Amino acid sequence: MEVKLLSARFDIKDAHLLEVAKAHGAYETLDKLFTMTPVQVMEEVKNSGLRGRGGAGFPTGVKWSFLPKNLDKPVYLAVNSDESEPATFKDRYILVKDPHMMIEGIIICCYAIGCHDAYIYIRGEYTSQVKILQKAVDEAYAAGYLGAAVGGKDFRLDVTVHRGAGAYICGEETALLESIEGKKGQPRSKPPFPAVVGLYDCPTIINNVQSIASLPFILANGADAYRVYGTEKSPGTHLFGISGHVEKPGMYELPLGQPLLEVIDKVAGGVWKGRKLKGIIPGGSSTPVLTPEEAKTVTLDYESMAAHKTMFGSGGIVVLDETVDIVKLVENLISFYHHESCGQCTPCREGLGWMLKIVKKLLAGDGGREDIDLLVELCDNIEMKTVCVLSAACTMPVRSYLNKFRHEFEAYAAEKASAKPDLREE
Amino acid sequence: MSDRSELIAVGKPFSFDAERDAEFERLITRYPIRESMIMPALWLVQEQDGWICAEAISYIAERIGTYPAKVFELATFYTMYHLKPVGRHHICVCRTLSCYLRDKQEIVDYLAEEIGIRPGQVSEDGKFSLEEVECLGHCGTAPVVQLDGEFHEAMDAKKLKALLATLD
Repeated sequence: MEVKLLSARFDIKDAHLLEVAKAHGAYETLDKLFTMTPVQVMEEVKNSGLRGRGGAGFPTGVKWSFLPKNLDKPVYLAVNSDESEPATFKDRYILVKDPHMMIEGIIICCYAIGCHDAYIYIRGEYTSQVKILQKAVDEAYAAGYLGAAVGGKDFRLDVTVHRGAGAYICGEETALLESIEGKKGQPRSKPPFPAVVGLYDCPTIINNVQSIASLPFILANGADAYRVYGTEKSPGTHLFGISGHVEKPGMYELPLGQPLLEVIDKVAGGVWKGRKLKGIIPGGSSTPVLTPEEAKTVTLDYESMAAHKTMFGSGGIVVLDETVDIVKLVENLISFYHHESCGQCTPCREGLGWMLKIVKKLLAGDGGREDIDLLVELCDNIEMKTVCVLSAACTMPVRSYLNKFRHEFEAYAAEKASAKPDLREE
Repeated sequence: MSDRSELIAVGKPFSFDAERDAEFERLITRYPIRESMIMPALWLVQEQDGWICAEAISYIAERIGTYPAKVFELATFYTMYHLKPVGRHHICVCRTLSCYLRDKQEIVDYLAEEIGIRPGQVSEDGKFSLEEVECLGHCGTAPVVQLDGEFHEAMDAKKLKALLATLD
């Protein structure tokens, strides 16, 4: 099932070094790139059907085409390497194992959109990884792939690595821009969208690492070659990170459209320790959980996930075995989003904390059935009432656990009933 | 670490060493506005001293030409900036989803029992400090421990014990 388009150089020793990457084809698309017009490059990417790999799945080429024409302002590119969604670790492989593939992708993107200043926003937690990335950027400068004349052509491109410092919200594209501008990572209201008013009030494209890293293959081989993989509406390959209770967790590159359960069994070795499957989180912690029954018909593409009322997300698949206490899992989940709320909107800042208190109350055996209903009500009152989707990234999965595993919440509520009988009616 | 509401003054002025000074000057040319340098400058301070004191906040503000409050604001918002000294060895244990599912608690319990530190604390001898942090992006090799910035994957109490034994 596995293919190696993006991960072609991952197994080559020291492929993060320019010399090694170059010996294996890095930067070979540049000759072709500069014979094309920017419009031709943009069309090729549009035709490939590449969808944004950060989680939303918006077509990359279409996103680029939203840039206003004939503006006298500079255009910026921000490469989103914040990768902060729990269960997501795919971009790290690119940053560490083949950073030159990403830099080559940045050159392609910048040429297409007319950008001369790109920023790579890498999460602060990636301490050892940022050193590898910075070295790769330095090497690319020294070799003339970046700087005043990219590849000896009349095209300037400066790439700056900007480190985050521990805020999940900076993976949200407008929070990321605020952060580069030297502000707290608090998302902006949209519209205006960043393609029109972005970084430093200039038109800006924000693309995920994996989207950018997919460009060299597309340019070298053409849109049709990319479409050989995947499905009609979800073309290409994706780096899937499989974690949790499987025998062989790890990062696997697969064409989109593969059956989820088959991937878990054949690629990731199945549920560990011979245990039974309880549920699957399909695309990062913010995606609604699937029951084993639901998972039977799911394939790994955007359409199938939507049809099953969940999301493809970041491709971070988490397998839950039969021993998982769903209420404790939900406590861990809410705790994360509560901690990462930027504090800007009251429903998120206060609401997620309230939800956490209720779940803790249930776990302590002090909660009743009314608390479960209150959790649902809170989800209703938080969701879509905030500037960004962080709060929904918490309430959507929580809602799915409440719907699909309600009996586990009720069991905690029942503990209260049995421990402290209400004698008032007697 | 835990309390992020106060700055600690060390009683002597801060300044970058030659290496960080050069890096500051290199980076500031990359941004069209000087405020963009606040985060990189905070990182440079932390690299140099291990944490960020009150004097360093003023130093950055002056160097960039902004208010100390603006620098302080970012230093408190972004949780990776240490506003008080950490141990000689700083341990981060990931507490989120995949690490939670693969028993990060065993590691936290081990540190509490054997080293005597709980999340948010520095050991009495100043050797270790511990933080439980949110997702570190190593979910496929969970649970993960970040020790002095280096990642150690698929950890358990036994492996951690062996690792800590190698430290001064």
